[in-house]
Amino acid sequence: MSIPLPLPLANAAPSGPSFRVIVYEGVGADPLDPAVRAEAVQALLLKGFAVSVVRTGGSAAPITAGTLVVLGKFTEAKPDRATNDSGVTAFFRDPTSKTATEIVELVAGIRAEANIAEPPKWKPWFPVIDYDRCTNCMQCLSFCLFDVYGVDAEKQIQVQNNNKCKTDCPACSRVCPEVAILFPKYRHGPINGDVVNADDMRRESMKVDISSLLGGDIYAALRDRTAKSKSRFAKERDSDKALEERTKCLVKLGEQLDIPPEVFASLPSIDQIRIKADEAAAKAQAALAERKN
Amino acid sequence: MPVPLRVLHCHCVFAQVVPKATKEAVLKGLTESGIPFDAVPDLCELSAKKDPCLKELIGDGGRVTIAACYPRAVKWLFAAAGAKLPDTGVEILNMRTETPEAVLAKLLPTEAP
Repeated sequence: MSIPLPLPLANAAPSGPSFRVIVYEGVGADPLDPAVRAEAVQALLLKGFAVSVVRTGGSAAPITAGTLVVLGKFTEAKPDRATNDSGVTAFFRDPTSKTATEIVELVAGIRAEANIAEPPKWKPWFPVIDYDRCTNCMQCLSFCLFDVYGVDAEKQIQVQNNNKCKTDCPACSRVCPEVAILFPKYRHGPINGDVVNADDMRRESMKVDISSLLGGDIYAALRDRTAKSKSRFAKERDSDKALEERTKCLVKLGEQLDIPPEVFASLPSIDQIRIKADEAAAKAQAALAERKN
Repeated sequence: MPVPLRVLHCHCVFAQVVPKATKEAVLKGLTESGIPFDAVPDLCELSAKKDPCLKELIGDGGRVTIAACYPRAVKWLFAAAGAKLPDTGVEILNMRTETPEAVLAKLLPTEAP
Protein backbone atom coordinates (compact mmCIF):
# COMPACT_ATOMS: atom_id res chain seq x y z
CA MET A 1 0.00 0.00 0.00
CA SER A 2 1.44 3.41 -0.90
CA ILE A 3 1.77 6.07 1.79
CA PRO A 4 -1.40 8.16 1.63
CA LEU A 5 -0.08 11.59 2.66
CA PRO A 6 2.24 14.20 1.10
CA LEU A 7 5.24 13.35 3.29
CA PRO A 8 8.70 14.58 2.26
CA LEU A 9 9.67 11.24 0.70
CA ALA A 10 12.76 11.52 -1.51
CA ASN A 11 13.62 9.62 -4.66
CA ALA A 12 17.30 9.64 -3.73
CA ALA A 13 19.09 6.39 -3.05
CA PRO A 14 18.39 5.14 0.46
CA SER A 15 20.98 6.49 2.85
CA GLY A 16 20.38 3.83 5.47
CA PRO A 17 17.92 2.76 8.09
CA SER A 18 16.43 5.40 10.34
CA PHE A 19 13.51 5.85 12.66
CA ARG A 20 11.78 9.19 12.69
CA VAL A 21 8.61 10.60 14.24
CA ILE A 22 6.55 12.85 11.98
CA VAL A 23 4.17 15.29 13.61
CA TYR A 24 1.90 15.76 10.63
CA GLU A 25 -0.12 18.97 10.27
CA GLY A 26 -0.18 19.21 6.49
CA VAL A 27 -2.83 18.55 3.89
CA GLY A 28 -5.36 16.02 5.17
CA ALA A 29 -4.87 16.73 8.87
CA ASP A 30 -5.87 19.29 11.49
CA PRO A 31 -3.32 20.86 13.83
CA LEU A 32 -2.69 19.10 17.13
CA ASP A 33 -3.47 20.73 20.44
CA PRO A 34 -0.60 23.29 20.74
CA ALA A 35 0.22 22.53 24.36
CA VAL A 36 0.35 18.75 23.85
CA ARG A 37 2.30 19.16 20.60
CA ALA A 38 5.00 21.30 22.24
CA GLU A 39 5.28 18.99 25.24
CA ALA A 40 5.28 15.85 23.08
CA VAL A 41 7.99 17.10 20.69
CA GLN A 42 10.25 17.91 23.61
CA ALA A 43 9.51 14.63 25.40
CA LEU A 44 10.25 12.65 22.23
CA LEU A 45 13.58 14.43 21.77
CA LEU A 46 14.53 13.81 25.38
CA LYS A 47 13.85 10.10 24.83
CA GLY A 48 16.16 10.11 21.81
CA PHE A 49 13.64 10.21 18.95
CA ALA A 50 14.24 12.46 15.95
CA VAL A 51 11.13 14.48 15.13
CA SER A 52 10.00 16.25 11.96
CA VAL A 53 7.07 18.62 12.10
CA VAL A 54 5.49 18.57 8.64
CA ARG A 55 3.26 21.48 7.69
CA THR A 56 2.29 23.21 4.50
CA GLY A 57 4.34 26.15 3.28
CA GLY A 58 7.80 24.65 3.68
CA SER A 59 9.58 21.35 3.84
CA ALA A 60 11.10 18.95 6.30
CA ALA A 61 14.16 16.81 5.62
CA PRO A 62 13.58 14.34 2.80
CA ILE A 63 13.10 10.75 3.91
CA THR A 64 14.95 8.15 1.87
CA ALA A 65 14.64 5.06 4.02
CA GLY A 66 13.57 3.65 7.31
CA THR A 67 10.51 3.67 9.50
CA LEU A 68 8.23 6.57 10.33
CA VAL A 69 5.63 7.08 12.99
CA VAL A 70 3.20 9.63 11.60
CA LEU A 71 1.19 11.36 14.31
CA GLY A 72 -1.74 13.47 13.15
CA LYS A 73 -5.39 14.39 13.50
CA PHE A 74 -6.18 12.97 10.07
CA THR A 75 -9.34 14.15 8.37
CA GLU A 76 -9.72 10.78 6.64
CA ALA A 77 -9.09 7.31 7.98
CA LYS A 78 -5.53 6.07 7.53
CA PRO A 79 -4.18 2.52 7.48
CA ASP A 80 -2.28 1.39 10.57
CA ARG A 81 0.81 1.04 8.41
CA ALA A 82 1.86 1.46 4.78
CA THR A 83 5.07 0.94 2.82
CA ASN A 84 6.14 2.71 -0.37
CA ASP A 85 8.20 1.41 -3.29
CA SER A 86 11.46 2.63 -1.69
CA GLY A 87 10.77 0.57 1.40
CA VAL A 88 9.82 3.43 3.71
CA THR A 89 7.28 2.11 6.21
CA ALA A 90 4.94 4.54 7.92
CA PHE A 91 2.81 3.80 10.98
CA PHE A 92 -0.16 6.18 11.30
CA ARG A 93 -1.56 7.12 14.68
CA ASP A 94 -3.93 9.81 15.90
CA PRO A 95 -2.59 11.12 19.24
CA THR A 96 -5.79 13.05 20.11
CA SER A 97 -6.54 12.84 23.84
CA LYS A 98 -3.11 11.39 24.61
CA THR A 99 -0.67 13.10 26.95
CA ALA A 100 2.95 13.73 25.95
CA THR A 101 4.05 10.79 28.09
CA GLU A 102 1.51 8.51 26.42
CA ILE A 103 2.70 9.67 22.99
CA VAL A 104 6.29 8.75 23.88
CA GLU A 105 5.08 5.33 25.06
CA LEU A 106 3.11 4.91 21.84
CA VAL A 107 6.18 5.67 19.70
CA ALA A 108 8.41 3.40 21.78
CA GLY A 109 5.83 0.64 21.38
CA ILE A 110 5.81 1.03 17.60
CA ARG A 111 9.61 0.89 17.51
CA ALA A 112 9.43 -2.40 19.40
CA GLU A 113 6.64 -3.66 17.13
CA ALA A 114 8.78 -2.86 14.08
CA ASN A 115 11.65 -4.84 15.63
CA ILE A 116 13.91 -1.79 15.69
CA ALA A 117 16.40 -1.99 18.48
CA GLU A 118 16.93 0.92 20.82
CA PRO A 119 19.99 2.89 19.74
CA PRO A 120 23.13 1.74 21.56
CA LYS A 121 24.41 3.91 24.35
CA TRP A 122 27.17 6.32 23.45
CA LYS A 123 29.47 8.75 25.22
CA PRO A 124 28.89 12.40 24.37
CA TRP A 125 32.63 12.99 24.38
CA PHE A 126 34.85 12.55 21.36
CA PRO A 127 37.17 14.65 19.21
CA VAL A 128 36.27 16.14 15.85
CA ILE A 129 38.96 17.31 13.45
CA ASP A 130 38.74 20.71 11.77
CA TYR A 131 40.37 19.88 8.43
CA ASP A 132 40.48 23.56 7.50
CA ARG A 133 43.17 23.86 10.17
CA CYS A 134 44.69 20.37 10.41
CA THR A 135 48.15 20.05 8.82
CA ASN A 136 48.29 16.28 9.26
CA CYS A 137 51.28 16.62 11.60
CA MET A 138 50.26 13.47 13.52
CA GLN A 139 50.90 15.02 16.95
CA CYS A 140 47.50 13.76 18.09
CA LEU A 141 48.19 10.24 16.85
CA SER A 142 51.58 10.23 18.59
CA PHE A 143 50.10 11.64 21.78
CA CYS A 144 46.90 9.68 22.40
CA LEU A 145 47.49 6.43 24.25
CA PHE A 146 43.96 5.18 23.75
CA ASP A 147 43.99 4.50 19.99
CA VAL A 148 41.41 7.18 19.24
CA TYR A 149 43.33 8.36 16.16
CA GLY A 150 44.43 6.57 13.01
CA VAL A 151 44.94 7.28 9.35
CA ASP A 152 42.77 6.58 6.35
CA ALA A 153 43.89 4.97 3.07
CA GLU A 154 45.43 8.31 1.97
CA LYS A 155 47.33 8.53 5.27
CA GLN A 156 45.19 11.42 6.39
CA ILE A 157 44.69 11.65 10.14
CA GLN A 158 41.19 10.75 11.30
CA VAL A 159 39.24 9.90 14.42
CA GLN A 160 38.91 6.12 14.23
CA ASN A 161 37.73 5.00 17.65
CA ASN A 162 35.77 7.80 19.25
CA ASN A 163 34.32 5.42 21.84
CA LYS A 164 37.82 4.92 23.26
CA CYS A 165 38.16 8.61 24.09
CA LYS A 166 38.34 9.39 27.80
CA THR A 167 35.39 11.44 28.99
CA ASP A 168 36.18 15.09 29.70
CA CYS A 169 39.80 14.72 28.58
CA PRO A 170 40.69 17.31 25.92
CA ALA A 171 44.45 16.67 26.15
CA CYS A 172 44.97 15.90 22.45
CA SER A 173 43.40 19.22 21.51
CA ARG A 174 45.85 20.88 23.89
CA VAL A 175 48.83 19.35 22.10
CA CYS A 176 47.50 20.12 18.62
CA PRO A 177 49.66 23.00 17.34
CA GLU A 178 46.94 24.22 14.98
CA VAL A 179 43.92 24.19 17.37
CA ALA A 180 42.37 21.78 14.88
CA ILE A 181 40.85 19.34 17.37
CA LEU A 182 37.41 20.14 18.73
CA PHE A 183 35.40 18.64 21.53
CA PRO A 184 31.93 20.06 20.91
CA LYS A 185 30.79 19.34 24.47
CA TYR A 186 33.79 21.11 26.06
CA ARG A 187 33.16 24.16 28.22
CA HIS A 188 35.64 26.60 26.74
CA GLY A 189 36.68 27.93 23.38
CA PRO A 190 38.27 27.38 21.00
CA ILE A 191 38.20 23.65 21.83
CA ASN A 192 34.39 23.74 21.84
CA GLY A 193 34.38 25.04 18.26
CA ASP A 194 34.47 28.74 19.01
CA VAL A 195 36.42 30.92 16.59
CA VAL A 196 40.22 30.60 16.93
CA ASN A 197 41.71 34.01 17.59
CA ALA A 198 45.23 35.42 17.72
CA ASP A 199 45.54 34.83 21.48
CA ASP A 200 44.68 31.17 21.00
CA MET A 201 47.38 30.85 18.36
CA ARG A 202 49.93 32.52 20.65
CA ARG A 203 49.07 30.01 23.36
CA GLU A 204 49.49 27.22 20.82
CA SER A 205 52.98 28.36 19.90
CA MET A 206 53.86 28.55 23.60
CA LYS A 207 52.54 25.03 23.90
CA VAL A 208 54.88 23.84 21.16
CA ASP A 209 57.77 25.56 22.91
CA ILE A 210 56.91 23.79 26.15
CA SER A 211 56.72 20.55 24.22
CA SER A 212 60.19 21.24 22.78
CA LEU A 213 61.52 22.01 26.23
CA LEU A 214 60.20 18.68 27.37
CA GLY A 215 62.12 17.04 24.57
CA GLY A 216 59.25 17.05 22.07
CA ASP A 217 57.52 14.12 23.64
CA ILE A 218 55.47 14.52 26.74
CA TYR A 219 55.48 10.79 27.46
CA ALA A 220 59.24 10.69 27.09
CA ALA A 221 59.39 13.50 29.64
CA LEU A 222 57.11 11.57 31.95
CA ARG A 223 59.25 8.47 31.50
CA ASP A 224 62.43 10.39 32.26
CA ARG A 225 60.85 11.89 35.31
CA THR A 226 59.67 8.51 36.46
CA ALA A 227 63.08 7.01 35.83
CA LYS A 228 64.67 9.79 37.89
CA SER A 229 62.10 9.20 40.60
CA LYS A 230 62.86 5.50 40.53
CA SER A 231 66.54 6.24 40.78
CA ARG A 232 65.96 8.58 43.69
CA PHE A 233 63.66 6.02 45.24
CA ALA A 234 66.38 3.38 44.92
CA LYS A 235 68.91 5.70 46.55
CA GLU A 236 66.72 7.26 49.18
CA ARG A 237 64.36 4.35 49.82
CA ASP A 238 61.65 6.90 50.51
CA SER A 239 58.43 5.62 49.00
CA ASP A 240 56.41 8.55 50.33
CA LYS A 241 58.71 11.05 48.67
CA ALA A 242 58.59 9.17 45.36
CA LEU A 243 54.82 9.02 45.45
CA GLU A 244 54.63 12.70 46.29
CA GLU A 245 56.90 13.53 43.37
CA ARG A 246 54.85 11.46 40.96
CA THR A 247 51.60 12.96 42.19
CA LYS A 248 53.01 16.48 41.84
CA CYS A 249 54.07 15.74 38.29
CA LEU A 250 50.67 14.35 37.34
CA VAL A 251 48.74 17.14 39.02
CA LYS A 252 50.84 19.74 37.18
CA LEU A 253 50.34 18.00 33.85
CA GLY A 254 46.64 17.59 34.57
CA GLU A 255 46.27 21.29 35.31
CA GLN A 256 48.19 22.31 32.19
CA LEU A 257 46.20 20.09 29.86
CA ASP A 258 42.87 20.02 31.75
CA ILE A 259 43.02 16.24 32.08
CA PRO A 260 40.63 14.79 34.66
CA PRO A 261 42.21 12.68 37.44
CA GLU A 262 40.13 9.70 36.23
CA VAL A 263 42.14 9.65 33.03
CA PHE A 264 45.40 9.41 34.94
CA ALA A 265 43.85 6.69 37.06
CA SER A 266 43.09 4.70 33.90
CA LEU A 267 46.55 5.08 32.40
CA PRO A 268 48.37 1.81 31.84
CA SER A 269 51.65 1.01 33.59
CA ILE A 270 54.71 3.04 32.65
CA ASP A 271 56.08 0.14 30.59
CA GLN A 272 52.83 -0.19 28.70
CA ILE A 273 52.79 3.58 28.16
CA ARG A 274 56.26 3.34 26.68
CA ILE A 275 55.19 0.57 24.29
CA LYS A 276 51.96 2.38 23.29
CA ALA A 277 53.69 5.72 22.82
CA ASP A 278 56.44 4.12 20.70
CA GLU A 279 53.84 2.28 18.60
CA ALA A 280 51.81 5.45 18.08
CA ALA A 281 54.89 7.47 17.16
CA ALA A 282 55.99 4.79 14.70
CA LYS A 283 52.51 4.72 13.17
CA ALA A 284 52.55 8.49 12.82
CA GLN A 285 56.02 8.53 11.26
CA ALA A 286 55.13 5.75 8.85
CA ALA A 287 51.99 7.60 7.76
CA LEU A 288 53.94 10.82 7.24
CA ALA A 289 56.68 9.03 5.30
CA GLU A 290 54.19 7.23 3.08
CA ARG A 291 52.31 10.44 2.41
CA LYS A 292 55.55 12.13 1.26
CA ASN A 293 56.27 9.33 -1.25
CA MET B 1 9.58 29.98 -6.94
CA PRO B 2 12.16 30.36 -4.13
CA VAL B 3 13.81 27.27 -2.69
CA PRO B 4 12.01 26.54 0.58
CA LEU B 5 13.92 27.20 3.76
CA ARG B 6 14.34 24.22 6.03
CA VAL B 7 15.04 24.41 9.73
CA LEU B 8 16.98 21.90 11.82
CA HIS B 9 17.01 22.16 15.60
CA CYS B 10 19.50 20.27 17.81
CA HIS B 11 18.23 19.71 21.35
CA CYS B 12 21.70 18.86 22.73
CA VAL B 13 20.20 16.23 25.02
CA PHE B 14 23.38 14.53 26.17
CA ALA B 15 25.22 17.45 27.71
CA GLN B 16 24.08 20.74 29.11
CA VAL B 17 26.36 22.86 26.96
CA VAL B 18 23.45 24.61 25.27
CA PRO B 19 21.55 26.48 27.98
CA LYS B 20 18.34 24.59 28.79
CA ALA B 21 16.25 27.75 28.74
CA THR B 22 17.53 28.69 25.29
CA LYS B 23 16.97 25.35 23.57
CA GLU B 24 13.53 24.94 25.16
CA ALA B 25 12.45 28.43 24.17
CA VAL B 26 13.67 27.93 20.60
CA LEU B 27 11.88 24.59 20.32
CA LYS B 28 8.70 26.07 21.75
CA GLY B 29 8.93 28.98 19.31
CA LEU B 30 9.31 26.57 16.41
CA THR B 31 6.39 24.33 17.42
CA GLU B 32 4.14 27.37 17.80
CA SER B 33 5.34 29.06 14.62
CA GLY B 34 3.42 27.09 12.05
CA ILE B 35 6.55 26.40 10.00
CA PRO B 36 7.78 22.87 9.30
CA PHE B 37 11.07 21.84 10.91
CA ASP B 38 13.24 18.90 11.86
CA ALA B 39 14.55 18.34 15.37
CA VAL B 40 17.13 15.83 16.54
CA PRO B 41 18.03 14.85 20.09
CA ASP B 42 21.74 15.51 19.63
CA LEU B 43 23.80 16.18 16.51
CA CYS B 44 26.93 14.96 18.31
CA GLU B 45 25.30 11.57 18.80
CA LEU B 46 24.36 11.32 15.12
CA SER B 47 27.89 12.29 14.14
CA ALA B 48 29.52 9.88 16.59
CA LYS B 49 27.41 7.05 15.22
CA LYS B 50 27.86 8.24 11.63
CA ASP B 51 24.09 8.09 11.32
CA PRO B 52 23.00 8.19 7.66
CA CYS B 53 20.08 10.42 8.62
CA LEU B 54 22.56 13.34 8.75
CA LYS B 55 22.60 13.19 4.95
CA GLU B 56 18.81 13.35 4.93
CA LEU B 57 18.87 16.29 7.31
CA ILE B 58 21.05 18.41 5.05
CA GLY B 59 18.76 17.31 2.31
CA ASP B 60 18.57 18.07 -1.31
CA GLY B 61 20.57 21.25 -1.72
CA GLY B 62 17.89 23.68 -0.54
CA ARG B 63 18.61 26.35 2.04
CA VAL B 64 18.94 25.01 5.59
CA THR B 65 19.22 26.90 8.86
CA ILE B 66 20.62 24.88 11.75
CA ALA B 67 20.01 25.95 15.36
CA ALA B 68 22.71 24.18 17.34
CA CYS B 69 26.07 25.38 18.67
CA TYR B 70 29.33 26.80 17.30
CA PRO B 71 29.32 26.80 13.48
CA ARG B 72 32.85 25.35 13.31
CA ALA B 73 31.76 22.43 15.50
CA VAL B 74 28.56 21.81 13.55
CA LYS B 75 30.38 21.92 10.20
CA TRP B 76 32.91 19.29 11.25
CA LEU B 77 30.38 17.13 13.08
CA PHE B 78 28.55 16.71 9.79
CA ALA B 79 31.78 16.16 7.88
CA ALA B 80 32.95 13.53 10.39
CA ALA B 81 29.86 11.50 9.57
CA GLY B 82 30.42 11.75 5.83
CA ALA B 83 27.65 14.32 5.39
CA LYS B 84 29.59 17.37 4.30
CA LEU B 85 27.57 20.58 4.53
CA PRO B 86 27.27 22.45 1.24
CA ASP B 87 29.45 25.55 0.90
CA THR B 88 26.45 27.78 0.36
CA GLY B 89 22.86 27.84 1.60
CA VAL B 90 23.60 26.73 5.16
CA GLU B 91 23.28 29.07 8.11
CA ILE B 92 24.27 27.91 11.59
CA LEU B 93 22.86 29.64 14.65
CA ASN B 94 24.66 29.25 17.95
CA MET B 95 22.30 28.56 20.86
CA ARG B 96 25.29 28.45 23.24
CA THR B 97 25.90 32.16 22.82
CA GLU B 98 22.79 33.70 21.29
CA THR B 99 19.52 34.46 23.06
CA PRO B 100 16.41 32.48 22.08
CA GLU B 101 14.89 35.70 20.78
CA ALA B 102 17.86 36.29 18.47
CA VAL B 103 17.79 32.69 17.23
CA LEU B 104 14.04 32.72 16.60
CA ALA B 105 14.26 36.07 14.83
CA LYS B 106 16.54 34.42 12.28
CA LEU B 107 14.54 31.20 12.07
CA LEU B 108 11.02 32.47 11.70
CA PRO B 109 9.69 34.35 8.71
CA THR B 110 8.89 37.98 9.40
CA GLU B 111 5.38 39.25 8.82
CA ALA B 112 4.93 41.37 5.73
CA PRO B 113 4.16 45.01 6.68
